[in-house]
Amino acid sequence: MQKNRLTWMIGGPQGSGINASAEVFAKACSRAGLRVYANIEYHSNIMGKHSFYRVRVGDEDVRSYQEKVDILVALDHETLVGDGDHRRWPTHYGHLHEIDSGGGVIFDSEIGYEPPADRSDIRFHPVPFMEIIKSALDEVGKGEQARRYEILKNTVALGATLALCEYPFDLVAEVIIGQFKGKRSEIGQLNVRAAKLAFEHVHDHFDCAAFPYRLQPNPDRKPRILAKGYEIIAIAKLRAGCAFQTYYPISPATDESVYLERHQRDQDLLVVQCEDEISSINMAVGAAHMGVRSSTATSGPGFALMVEGIGFSAITEAPGPVITMYQRGGPSTGLPTRQEQGDLQFVLHPAQGDFPHVVIAPGDLRECYQDVFSAFNWAEQFQLPVIVLPDKKLAAIYTTIDKLELKYDAIERGERFTGSEWTPYGAKGNDLVEQDGHTGDGHKPGEGVNEYLRYALTEDGISPRSRPGTPGGRFWSTSDEHDPDGHITEGVEMRIAMMHKRMGKLELIAKAIPKDQQLALHGPAKADLTVVAWGSTKGTILDAMRILEAHARSVNFLQCRLMRPFPAADVEAILRKAKRLVLIEENYSGQLGSLIAEQTGVRIADRVLKFDGRPFSEDEMVAALRERLDGKPEPKTEVVMTHVR
Amino acid sequence: MSVEAPVKKFTIKDYKSDLHNDWCPGCGDFGILTGIQMALAQLNLDPDKVAVFSGIGCSGKTPHYVKAYGFHTLHGRVLPVATGARLVNSDVTVIALGGDGDGYGIGAGYFVNSGRRNVDMAYLVHNNSVYGLTKGQASPTLSKGKKTKSMPEQAIQDGINPIAMAVAAGYTFIARGYALEPKHLAGIIARAIEHKGAALVDVLQTCPTYNDLYTKEWYDGADLPEKRSRLYKLEERGFDPVVHDVTDEQEIVAKKAAAVVKSYEKEPIPIGIYYQAELPTYEDALRQRIPTLAEKPLVDIDVFHRDIDALLEVMR
Repeated sequence: MQKNRLTWMIGGPQGSGINASAEVFAKACSRAGLRVYANIEYHSNIMGKHSFYRVRVGDEDVRSYQEKVDILVALDHETLVGDGDHRRWPTHYGHLHEIDSGGGVIFDSEIGYEPPADRSDIRFHPVPFMEIIKSALDEVGKGEQARRYEILKNTVALGATLALCEYPFDLVAEVIIGQFKGKRSEIGQLNVRAAKLAFEHVHDHFDCAAFPYRLQPNPDRKPRILAKGYEIIAIAKLRAGCAFQTYYPISPATDESVYLERHQRDQDLLVVQCEDEISSINMAVGAAHMGVRSSTATSGPGFALMVEGIGFSAITEAPGPVITMYQRGGPSTGLPTRQEQGDLQFVLHPAQGDFPHVVIAPGDLRECYQDVFSAFNWAEQFQLPVIVLPDKKLAAIYTTIDKLELKYDAIERGERFTGSEWTPYGAKGNDLVEQDGHTGDGHKPGEGVNEYLRYALTEDGISPRSRPGTPGGRFWSTSDEHDPDGHITEGVEMRIAMMHKRMGKLELIAKAIPKDQQLALHGPAKADLTVVAWGSTKGTILDAMRILEAHARSVNFLQCRLMRPFPAADVEAILRKAKRLVLIEENYSGQLGSLIAEQTGVRIADRVLKFDGRPFSEDEMVAALRERLDGKPEPKTEVVMTHVR
Repeated sequence: MSVEAPVKKFTIKDYKSDLHNDWCPGCGDFGILTGIQMALAQLNLDPDKVAVFSGIGCSGKTPHYVKAYGFHTLHGRVLPVATGARLVNSDVTVIALGGDGDGYGIGAGYFVNSGRRNVDMAYLVHNNSVYGLTKGQASPTLSKGKKTKSMPEQAIQDGINPIAMAVAAGYTFIARGYALEPKHLAGIIARAIEHKGAALVDVLQTCPTYNDLYTKEWYDGADLPEKRSRLYKLEERGFDPVVHDVTDEQEIVAKKAAAVVKSYEKEPIPIGIYYQAELPTYEDALRQRIPTLAEKPLVDIDVFHRDIDALLEVMR
């Protein structure tokens, strides 16, 4: 008997509503004090193509998915056998082969599936989905309309699952009712009935007591949050005081903006859907100059359009925007709904010329929350664009979080010109840099001017910003090189001074961002193997390390988080001390590896790379690390992984 | 008895920056700059409450010569930048401007979408049919078969009709001015600024350096036997561009149709206001969505003390 540790999967055609049933299941488990890690794989399609949702449940923290499935719910034939029968080049082979010995399959008896003889190690449970739906509808006199309620198959699937693992039905009923409030409460009741009938059907027709998996509420239940990455990022933006968000619809970034749009009214946030991403970024730059915290959200193809706006923000020293850039499979349209860490080098070098910007790549939902919050501070303090780099996996995973809190929670708006309290630079201790016999305000030293200059050459390179509409704070601003007034210049001295002014910010930022937000070494200080990785592989690596540590293997993990400015000295110190290094990335070329080589001179030859559009599983990670701990393969290899077996 | 502080009267001088101007002598941009400054003086707008945005090109330098908040943005992107700024602070008057290549070529998408959005701001397009700053290539308004002295070959594509495009896009104020008649132009610009909604002012402009087709002499009709101007003023011929009952769909269509017909008149070319309708703006719609915006501009709303606990609570 395996208690409170299982992977449940539901698969079906896109549009059949598997999300609803998986998310209710996840929530019912989370409310019962269990930990949940759920991820969805779906096609870029509205209706019909195969999608599946995998929910891993555990007593202890789960931060990745496992390949084996304990209970599979199949709403269609393809979920079991794949699409090889109707596609010249199959895209998948179904999930039957992923089911663990002793596991079970719940399938719609209408799909005409004959269980194969060679899988007598698993239990098959045909359930008459439509009959159950009809019975539920009969109770409210709508039995004739059963075909219109096919979406209830999801609820039937849920009820059947709960019976199989003997989970208290009431916990699920509560979640279902919570999803259908107000006018829709009738539909909620109908869902509960359908689930209940399915629960009873499975209970009556199958030997559930013999099923080797159990789910029971955890008596030590803590109130946890169960959230998706895009929700956490949106909430971080609200918490940080973002007032203006622009977007153009694109997977997998849209959900964040739509979430914010839904809360416009109660949170005083303006969300603008733009005509393209060029408009998105430039509206956000305009809004930032106007004095609000502004942001936008996009994915690779949209970011490709935004790049000129990044350089524009940087040269005009706009206090923002913050860009949440959700990576997906590239290049071009690529794999619109699939995972890849393929845009690190792109966001590090988005536009022409040298300019300062910040790039940070959070590794999990809590880091998303902190980094997005901090990003708004950095944007205003240093007057530049800040890119936060999550990915499809972080956007879409639905997982339990113990507590959502900010370690660094102060709002820092940077130096501002507010008119009334304005004093000349010298008096503020903000010395002006001498330039061509003049101070940065264009006057001779000691003249004691009181003139506001938006791009004054101050000692630290940060000139207080004014907000249009402020009396006496008038300024010009241009995407051309400019002088302290903000007028165009092509003069040699001013060009050099302005480049130093802007680029010098990177050093200030490196000092200002707390070390533990820049990078982390997880695990023991000394280990036989040091894993080097970034972003959303964090959870998978930590889960794999837990397994390996239980077998007394010695592994630690250098997580790179701040990508620009890059903490080269700290990273190099860790790398030079490591016994053996392995680079793990979900892209083709090892983009963090390139950054590390460029910044530290250390080239990590042993690389495990995956670019099939799917994240690493815990199993793959354990296998890759174990092989290296065993001394093979040779340390100068590159391994490409794929989930297709 | 309340004593009101005397309202400061601004003059055209208050809108002039002291930056040396580097446009070519005789450039039409001078007339447009003067038109803007005269319009601001007519409306007596505080320079601290005005922001002028431009794209890239000779016209892009205009904000540097205006004493107001000035933003010289990217090629073709002036409308998004200005829109973002305008939506954040409705207390500041936003004027956007750019060249014809900037607005009708590289920025065509924003030109169209700004019309349908109907954000309250004026957009001036310096229309001289050439790309001046890159030495005189054909712009999107140069007609097929035309060749200026700076072009190696005739224009192979046809020119667009910006007035008709603006009608279709949904601009609620559409006008055309002439750079070398700054007084008349200033009147139009002032009306465009006052108008609640997206206002397009297409300004016919000479480029003495590269465009030898549409010169001051050409506009003056110096080559015509009767020596009459190739321009006429719509208002002088009794053209009524205003939709008087905006609830009357038929009147709107009729006024739009009349504007389009006028926009195809060639010689003489009509200048003045082609179309005007007071329809709800984007900001009006936002105030419905976000009630606090009816009290103050977004930039003045305190968004730093939001209660996010309720959002997290539903995730439990």
